[in-house]
Amino acid sequence: MTDTRKCKVLVVGAGPGGYVAAIRSAQLGLDTVIVEGDKAGGTCLIRGCIPSKAIIHAAERFESLRQHANEGGHMGLSLAAEPQIDMAALVDWKDAIVERLNKGVEALLKGAGAELVKGWATFTGPKKCTVETTEGHLHIEAENIIIATGSSHIDLPFMPCDEEFVLSSTGALDLQKLPKSAAIVGGGYIGLELGCALAKLGTDVTVVEGMDSILGIMDKEIRRPLEIWLKKHKVAVHTNALARGTEIKGKGASRKAHLTFEKDGEEQTIKVDKVLVTVGRSPNTKGWGLENMGVRMDTGGRFIRIDRQSRTNVPGVYAIGDVAGEPMLAHKASAQGEMVAEIIAGHNRSFDKVAIPAIVFTEPEIVSVGLSPDEAKDRGEEVITGKFPLAANGRALTLEAEKTAGFIRVTARESDHVILGIQAVGSHVAELHGEFVLALEMGALLEDIADTVHAHPTMTEAFHEGVLKTLGHAIHSA
Amino acid sequence: MTNRVFKLPDIGEGVVEGEVVEWHVAVGDSVSEDDALVDVMTDKATVTIPSPHDGTIAVLHGGVGDMVAVGAALVEFDEGGDSPADSAEEKQPEPEKTDEPEVDSEPKAPTTPPPATTEPVAPPPVPAISTPAPLPTVSTPNESTGDSGGKALASPAVRRRAREAGVDLAAVRGSGPAGRIRHADLDAFIAAGGMVQGAPPVAYTTRRSDVEEIKVVGLRRKIAEAMTVSKRHIPHFSYFEEIDVTELEELRQLLNATKSAEQPKLTYLPFIMLALAKIMPNHPECNGHYDEANGIVRRYGAVNLGIATQTDRGLFVPVVKHTEAMDVWQAAAEMQRVSGAAREGTASLDDLTGSTFTITSLGRDGGLGATPIINHPEVAILGVHKAREMPVVRNGEVVVRRMMNVSSSFDHRIVDGANGAALVQALKRLLEHPALIFM
Repeated sequence: MTDTRKCKVLVVGAGPGGYVAAIRSAQLGLDTVIVEGDKAGGTCLIRGCIPSKAIIHAAERFESLRQHANEGGHMGLSLAAEPQIDMAALVDWKDAIVERLNKGVEALLKGAGAELVKGWATFTGPKKCTVETTEGHLHIEAENIIIATGSSHIDLPFMPCDEEFVLSSTGALDLQKLPKSAAIVGGGYIGLELGCALAKLGTDVTVVEGMDSILGIMDKEIRRPLEIWLKKHKVAVHTNALARGTEIKGKGASRKAHLTFEKDGEEQTIKVDKVLVTVGRSPNTKGWGLENMGVRMDTGGRFIRIDRQSRTNVPGVYAIGDVAGEPMLAHKASAQGEMVAEIIAGHNRSFDKVAIPAIVFTEPEIVSVGLSPDEAKDRGEEVITGKFPLAANGRALTLEAEKTAGFIRVTARESDHVILGIQAVGSHVAELHGEFVLALEMGALLEDIADTVHAHPTMTEAFHEGVLKTLGHAIHSA
Repeated sequence: MTNRVFKLPDIGEGVVEGEVVEWHVAVGDSVSEDDALVDVMTDKATVTIPSPHDGTIAVLHGGVGDMVAVGAALVEFDEGGDSPADSAEEKQPEPEKTDEPEVDSEPKAPTTPPPATTEPVAPPPVPAISTPAPLPTVSTPNESTGDSGGKALASPAVRRRAREAGVDLAAVRGSGPAGRIRHADLDAFIAAGGMVQGAPPVAYTTRRSDVEEIKVVGLRRKIAEAMTVSKRHIPHFSYFEEIDVTELEELRQLLNATKSAEQPKLTYLPFIMLALAKIMPNHPECNGHYDEANGIVRRYGAVNLGIATQTDRGLFVPVVKHTEAMDVWQAAAEMQRVSGAAREGTASLDDLTGSTFTITSLGRDGGLGATPIINHPEVAILGVHKAREMPVVRNGEVVVRRMMNVSSSFDHRIVDGANGAALVQALKRLLEHPALIFM
């Protein structure tokens, strides 16, 4: 039997964009249905941000334990034996976190009064879809649709992921055994985050990147400490290197992936246990009837075209998150989701953010908020910049956070001292970013930060000092 | 030497032409892919047409106010070497991938204008407040950080408040450091009635000889066209009456004093709406549409009242549907909702279509009388004027009563003078004895 459910708001996809939109929509008293074919939480929670951060944290602990075991009692702390890794147990621990958050999202949806329908939706018209649930087909007709279908891993056609030897990030987060060696095709943030974690766990890592540098989204100065870390940890980095294919050769335990790539006109082949393909993500616009909705795509045809209120060209149809354009970041999706729910409820909102923060959880961590000095100059701004090294921050020394040669860099407009951008690189700098974004959104001047007392001893003092440095009078720096 | 011709792309289903509302480029400008070229207004929306590629503008086809057909040449790009004038002569149109238009990001009113005449409805995106040069921006779109650019320097809370108040922050002068707009600046701006502060006063003694020519384009043109249709086709007759609303005022005050917090504050209009709904079954000739082409008058059972609403973008007529099935609170709430939505530009197509009779009220500026223009194809309209205390003669004595004038216009082809007068007299009877509205 087929039922028809009518509702005010239908959210398609329960990732960080969709579930936030659904909760907010239900909070506002709108009859809300959210459809999800997988687990609630989306890529971010199930096989992205959260699980990778769990593995990265574990890797960091393992590396420091090994330091205590190997370096003759580092800090006066020593271990009698080498620490051991039980990869399956580590993955179980990670899965427990994911499970907890997944249940948490479901509980939040329920608590807010949004109805979660489990199944894949297929649209037959702009505001009509059929969901295949375990109990049969459910028709849903909604006055408003929020498309939040997210994005997927991009496969290389000549070396598709088998998740045994050639892995996507999903497979890399479910390794039951630590590979002795791994090649990472695609030196963007996803590949490098996992690459750093594997390197810390003891895997020999090789990065193969097609462009002339890894992590091209960050400028040269800011990615330099990462490049040094990779070098120190014997991670081989091949830039301007194009992967050509992978062959699986050998028998039994010695079965390996032979990855061939072309660099400087020559082909090289390396033998590794696993090849990890992280060449990017692609918006999920196919296979669920988007073409039946009459929604227009952007010029490149990749993303759904939206305006600053996340409206598509079809009245009452909105798109948020990865499917609606760059940057493909969970927090952008959530902010759009919250906004769209309020717009549907009749509030006058617009996506007018000054900055969407971007964070890379490599070692060291990298944060970028707003413009880099070069980006600001490209826009015709006369700027002043200041850089403060973590090596001059007391708290950083006690955390050994200075060892990765990190710094905080501030860019402001010369004429009126409005802060235009803040970047940071270094261990543990990710958590500093909240103040950076707040500064930009509030339209802070250098003087606003300079006149704000930052607690000692914390790494936030480095931001304060970075601002003072930009003003030309840092205290703890020559 | 040839120019690359860019034609007006298909900008929406059923759209065959658009009116040039604003050029964003001039001949000789170099543009990048996706830069805004021109705003084109259609019956359905105003769209910004982006540049399909990088290039230098050689020729612009059409001035502001001109109609351009879909598929007609819009812009020519210089392919190098030749002077724009020469190359225009020699242009060889080549198949050009039509680019998709950017949907205008302003909140949209209707996708199709209703058959309104008195206060037509058309896609709006005219900025609420004219803006001087924007303040330095902190950012514009950026791939890596994805920032999407606030124009004025202001905290998120100030930006949100401004948006809700319909204020364009680019017009507000900030008193904070670096021109940052603070809550107090916004308060002052709103209190000053949205005036741009610091504009030099014009001395009375200065002789002025300037003439400003303003092209009648966009929504203003739609309004002009609709008014012309209405006034040219409909032989109007107008009829005025004064109504003693003393009792109605007492009832209104009582209801407002005793209403619950969530109930809307009552003006005269909800009572007038309810009274009209009640008397319409006895005056069906006044609640209909005249379909001239087919020679048919459609009399409607539903009393769907158009509420003429002045907005920053021009006149709109949002509609309160089925007033006959409402109580006074529902009528008040629905009227507030639809007129608020029209003002904010969030009204749906449904909110803006389907009226069978229109009420126009200027509120405090209501005046004594007017000759309202009928909302084509309707056949009647009621204008409501300001209620005020007046000396009137009752039983041979001068007493103070609260009086309100109404002005009505009817389509004399359909409604005879006696019938129009009968409607207004019936309305007067109910409003002077408001208990009758509810019986």
